[in-house]
Amino acid sequence: MTHKPLLKRLAVLAGITTVSMAAHAAKTELTVYTAIEAEDLKKYAARFNDVHPDIKINWVRDSTGIVTAKLLAEKDNPQADVVWGLAATSLMRLKNENMLASYKPAGYDQLSPKFRDNDEAPTWTGMDAWIAAVCYNTVESEKLGLPKPTSWADLTKPVYQGHIIMPNPNSSGTGFLDVSSWLQIFGEKEGWEYMDGLHKNISRYTHSGSKPCKLAASGETPIGISFAFRAAKSKASGAPLDLVFPKEGLGWEMEATAIIKGTDKLKAAQTLADWASSKEANELYNEGYAVVARPGIAKPIQYFPKDPESLMIDNDFEWSAGARDEILAEWQSRYDSKSEAK
Amino acid sequence: MNQSNTATTEPSQHNTAQRLFSNLFGRRSLDEWSLGSVLIIGVLALFICVVLPIYTLLSKSVENRAGDFIALTNFSQFFATPSLYNSINNSLFIALLSTTIVTSLSFLTAYGISRTRIPFKGLFRTILVLPILAPSLLPAISLVYLFGNQGIIKELLMGESIYGPIGIIIGSCFWTFPHALMIMLTALANTDARLYESAEVLGASPIRTFFTVTLPAAKYGIISVAFVVFTLVITDFGVPKVIGGQFNVLATDIYKQVIGQQNFEMGATVSVILLLPAILTFLTDRWLQRKQSALLTSKAVPWTAPKRQWLDRVFLGLMLLVSFIILSIILMAVYASLVTFWPYNLSLSLKNYNFDLMDGGGWAAYWNSIQMATFTAIIGTGFIFFQSYLVAKLPGFKVLKWFFHLFAILPLAVPGLVLGLAYIFFFNSPNNPLNGIYGTMTILVVCTISHFYTVCHLTATTALKQIDGEFESVSASLKVPQIKTFWRVTLPVCMPAVLDIASYLFVNAMTTVSAVVFLYSYNTSLASVAVLNMDDAGDIAPAAAMAVMIMLTCMLARLVHWLLGNVLLKNTQTWRKK
Repeated sequence: MTHKPLLKRLAVLAGITTVSMAAHAAKTELTVYTAIEAEDLKKYAARFNDVHPDIKINWVRDSTGIVTAKLLAEKDNPQADVVWGLAATSLMRLKNENMLASYKPAGYDQLSPKFRDNDEAPTWTGMDAWIAAVCYNTVESEKLGLPKPTSWADLTKPVYQGHIIMPNPNSSGTGFLDVSSWLQIFGEKEGWEYMDGLHKNISRYTHSGSKPCKLAASGETPIGISFAFRAAKSKASGAPLDLVFPKEGLGWEMEATAIIKGTDKLKAAQTLADWASSKEANELYNEGYAVVARPGIAKPIQYFPKDPESLMIDNDFEWSAGARDEILAEWQSRYDSKSEAK
Repeated sequence: MNQSNTATTEPSQHNTAQRLFSNLFGRRSLDEWSLGSVLIIGVLALFICVVLPIYTLLSKSVENRAGDFIALTNFSQFFATPSLYNSINNSLFIALLSTTIVTSLSFLTAYGISRTRIPFKGLFRTILVLPILAPSLLPAISLVYLFGNQGIIKELLMGESIYGPIGIIIGSCFWTFPHALMIMLTALANTDARLYESAEVLGASPIRTFFTVTLPAAKYGIISVAFVVFTLVITDFGVPKVIGGQFNVLATDIYKQVIGQQNFEMGATVSVILLLPAILTFLTDRWLQRKQSALLTSKAVPWTAPKRQWLDRVFLGLMLLVSFIILSIILMAVYASLVTFWPYNLSLSLKNYNFDLMDGGGWAAYWNSIQMATFTAIIGTGFIFFQSYLVAKLPGFKVLKWFFHLFAILPLAVPGLVLGLAYIFFFNSPNNPLNGIYGTMTILVVCTISHFYTVCHLTATTALKQIDGEFESVSASLKVPQIKTFWRVTLPVCMPAVLDIASYLFVNAMTTVSAVVFLYSYNTSLASVAVLNMDDAGDIAPAAAMAVMIMLTCMLARLVHWLLGNVLLKNTQTWRKK
């Protein structure tokens, strides 16, 4: 065997590599951390790529808690370029740790004020709101003779004893938004009294916010406290569910976008952040969420109340973020020990 | 400890210092030096992949959020919070009860397989190890369908809820059982018929023979099993998370602290408390090792079970019962994965296998898992078995071996969640020269090998201990290099254990969740993590479906194991038979 064919092959190979690397370089890859529902990921990336085909999104998706823990753990050497679709309270925590780059995306001033980080140098931008909802399984409730609740107060009635599941605020963002909203709706003292009453009816607390509704959908529990997006999806997939939006008002939390400080792909990251608050993006969010950051965009969604925004409480994020540790500790000592749960 | 005798029988006129010197430097051949340096590399590798990351995380237990040293404040806070310290009792309760159940069941079933004449041994063995092929979340998911509020046989619980200690114990027993059986079978596999003949000649009753010959020979295995199961159960978070309800255990507390509240410091504090069983395991293991002597001497004669009709019947009944329970749990999950919409639309479809629309990375995650498991099995088995061999059969290097053993036992006690977090802090540090592997397949493989190191190490050590040290002494006196003895004698003799280790690693890499949940990146998402994510989101049926896919893959791997075993073992294991 001579060396010529080998050399020739190597040269061709090198040529191919160079060409493909050049093609590769033209496409910027962004590592995007997210807690957006998995079924929507491909759709979100595709819509973005319709406008910006030169930026490739590499998703790292997990539940809110894991993404937040991961981001905080990677603090000294961040891997993410952008966070697109994570709870705003999580992003506030990252902001306090000085992990976010300040950036005002195009069209920032057109967003509703409550979806903005009202800081001199804003770091995060709101996308949409996910609101509390109660999933009521009509089939199982009829078997058990449970009337349909219409308010938060209804859920403390003795008839529901052992039939309600809600997320544990210590492990779920949805659980925390419920607890913080009750404290805001009823006031601090009455809020805890309300939860004392509710606790008597709870059969168990889950670690995830969508699980209570999925459990209601499969009849594991007649009533699950969850959030509207999940509830509507479950109903649409054929579960015998009714969605209840308690009349006292609904707790809510927003999904938001931010750029991680120190990313070496700042320009692409800013392009993504710009698009994430654009009109097209807000129309995209509106396919699953009834309330979005840009006013005047949202169209009503199946199974949602007509005007969800009027039901949303005036959520004080600064207060709930500040009092978070205290609220969770109090909740834990009241409801999370085995002796009390029995 | 035969091998150390040759090294320490020095002429008596040497004083201690001289002897120490010659032990360390003098009397070693080139052979010993080269193998010794491989051992040194092994110790270093374990130090970097196990000890340093864990230290990085645990040091957080004496720090506050800002990273200042605050001594034991976190611990006093832990013991001042009833909802946290109650978990210690809960964890101990669950772990002790599961350990008792699994240890006795695994001993009985292993005895049935290796010491009785029941029919269908191969089939029973296959069924009994099936649980190891499924993620630990599978029994928990299955139990929901069996005993949950819509469960098909929930009446069996007589009003008790499956969400709580009952569910955790059943689920834990299910998934730890094969781990126990694997060690127990190795412990019971090699016997010396001469002992049984002596017992018979001396007129000992079968029961007395059992207590004076069988049980002492398996003692090391039994105690190892008890500790392995205890630590596996107390550190597992998958089962309690899915089916634990309001019953808090330490492992789920770590999850709640880290994931729910991002309180790494309290998570580290709970981890330290969970490490205590590990230290106990290590001390007991060292103590036992001193007592253990080689069973399979070069003069041993293999033993074949006599026919004992009533005993064989009892064991057949037991095997049928255990197999039935295991198969029911698995088949329930398979059925659940095929039901379109439980419990309202029971028509069968493959809808739940459409993973690309669900959490967790879809089918790509499945292929990643296979790749990761293959690397783990090949690299892991080579490293672990050769290192265990050096620890067991290389003369001298006592201090090094002591450290090696310590590092090898440590991973068992470390909850996967803790190891995974530790890997982030350690390998993603900007100062770590190895930080390039973060976010790659490499770190998943390294982490998985480290995570499952202990059981493989114990299996290898148990198998190696049963080979008489004389093989090495003889080859040394014949001037055969030790590596050649390894290749020509030890490896073929231990081939069943080597194959067991490889398939154990493959299967665990397919099914593990807790450690890798923090380490996967956009192009390395894994099937087992997808099961967790889908269950977490409440997509229980697709979670069951992915768990079934994992199980089928592991069955295929076991089939390959079996075929390989048949070909290889035919040539190397005939001496065990009469």
